[in-house]
Amino acid sequence: MSTTERNKNPNSTESWGGFEDNPIQGGGSAVIDMENMDDTSGSSFEDMGDMHQRIKEEEEVSEEAAATEEGDDGEFLGMKGVKGQLGRQVADEVWQAGKRQASKAFNLYGNIDILRPYFDVEPIQVRNRLLESLIPVRIINFPQKIAGELYGPLMLVFTLVAILLHGMKTSGTVIREGTLMGTAIGTCFGYWLGISSFIYFLAYLCNAQITMLQILSLLGYGLFGHCVVLFVTYTVHFHSLFYILWLVVGGLSTLRMVAALISRTVGHTPRLILCATLSALHMLFLLYLHFAYHKIVEGILDTLEGPNVPPFQRIARDIPEVSVALVNTTVKTISATLQSY
Amino acid sequence: MAEVDEASKPLLRDLKAVGKKFGHVMYPKKSTTLLRDWDLWGPLLLCVTLALMLQGGSADSKEDGGPQFAEVFVIIWFGSVIITLNSKLLGGTISFFQSLCVLGYCILPLTVAMIVCRLVLLGGTGTASFIVRFIVVVASFGWSTFASTAFLADSQPPNRKALVVYPVFLFYFVISWMIVTFSPSHSDGTTDTGP
Repeated sequence: MSTTERNKNPNSTESWGGFEDNPIQGGGSAVIDMENMDDTSGSSFEDMGDMHQRIKEEEEVSEEAAATEEGDDGEFLGMKGVKGQLGRQVADEVWQAGKRQASKAFNLYGNIDILRPYFDVEPIQVRNRLLESLIPVRIINFPQKIAGELYGPLMLVFTLVAILLHGMKTSGTVIREGTLMGTAIGTCFGYWLGISSFIYFLAYLCNAQITMLQILSLLGYGLFGHCVVLFVTYTVHFHSLFYILWLVVGGLSTLRMVAALISRTVGHTPRLILCATLSALHMLFLLYLHFAYHKIVEGILDTLEGPNVPPFQRIARDIPEVSVALVNTTVKTISATLQSY
Repeated sequence: MAEVDEASKPLLRDLKAVGKKFGHVMYPKKSTTLLRDWDLWGPLLLCVTLALMLQGGSADSKEDGGPQFAEVFVIIWFGSVIITLNSKLLGGTISFFQSLCVLGYCILPLTVAMIVCRLVLLGGTGTASFIVRFIVVVASFGWSTFASTAFLADSQPPNRKALVVYPVFLFYFVISWMIVTFSPSHSDGTTDTGP
């Protein structure tokens, strides 16, 4: 058994040389040899001639031992050897994978310089780009310049995450199997990265001259309008105000992106497809964010009167009537008080 | 007895170092102690304290939607890492763990504000208590931001300080907002409009 294995696996004979005590152990050597087959640490090439001699002796001994031993015992030992080898292989692979991961992470941190050009901005540039994101430029015949920068978009996405958290918390949104934080981050980054990739794909199909970086930057700065609108409307709850802001601010930021895209696309149909998709997605996203996580008017009334009402779940509501009624009643009471004086 | 003393010496030394750094945060002056020998014991301590105290509110009422322990923990560490990476990307000369250490230690005023808030909440949850809590939290928010910028600003290129400070501001703003909106009862009585 052991001899055949040894013949099959020439590497294992190397390791035999290291066991100085093998001849001393005599008849039991076969067992020990099998168990130590995995050990590669003990190989020494100091006395090759001696080793050959020893191997011959051992072969004789092990043949005798194999003859005397029962078959199932040998099988058991063989299994053990295979298992040991398998375990070593698995451990090796795990170790290799871990090493790869660690070195990858380290390389990523070491290669942070690669990302540095995208963060090469001045505060004034960021401010100007934020303002420009709300000013559509009417240049269609000539490709507009789009700055490929990621600091502004990244910070805007984080700001949007914070605003969404605020909206979720004040609206009493309950999320099963997840945290508010995770949902907010997932929504914002999902929108930014997902829609950017989608638009990039469409732009590729429509033959638009734009890179992924430019789309990321464009869409990221487009989120500035969203941040402004959501911050205002999560705080001041009037639906007419939201619709006005939605149309004006959201519309302006969308127009800006659309104009930039149009200027880099050729042909009517590609332009229409690209811009319709982008504007629809962008405007609907703002609508979704507002209505999914906004505090309803009844909530304020309850907090003013008494906080003992459970937080509202998301239900179908008809807010405009309530808000109109609220305004009407306040106006009436004010006029009544004025008249009484 | 002597062995116990020997064993507790490193612990005492570490605690002393942490306490000294707390002092630096509470009284921020242009000093590099916080930067030179960084440790993450203080931030861990502060972070766990804050998370535990924010946790207490939502433990009894499941539908509160209050911050969970893990959420607070993740916000603090994830946020610090993001700010650090951002400052590295903008060309800062500070090391990764130094920045983590400074940002973690500068949560101290907010943790103190959280303790004050819990004490005030023991008294009642009316409008007056909300105003008190609001003022305390805003003050400690300003303190945290000021202290961390005092430590971090030197390592940044002078023309880009605003870009580095903004995420720091956002980070402490989110934490302080969580503290302000924290209410131990089931009610959602705080209408935070943000400072």
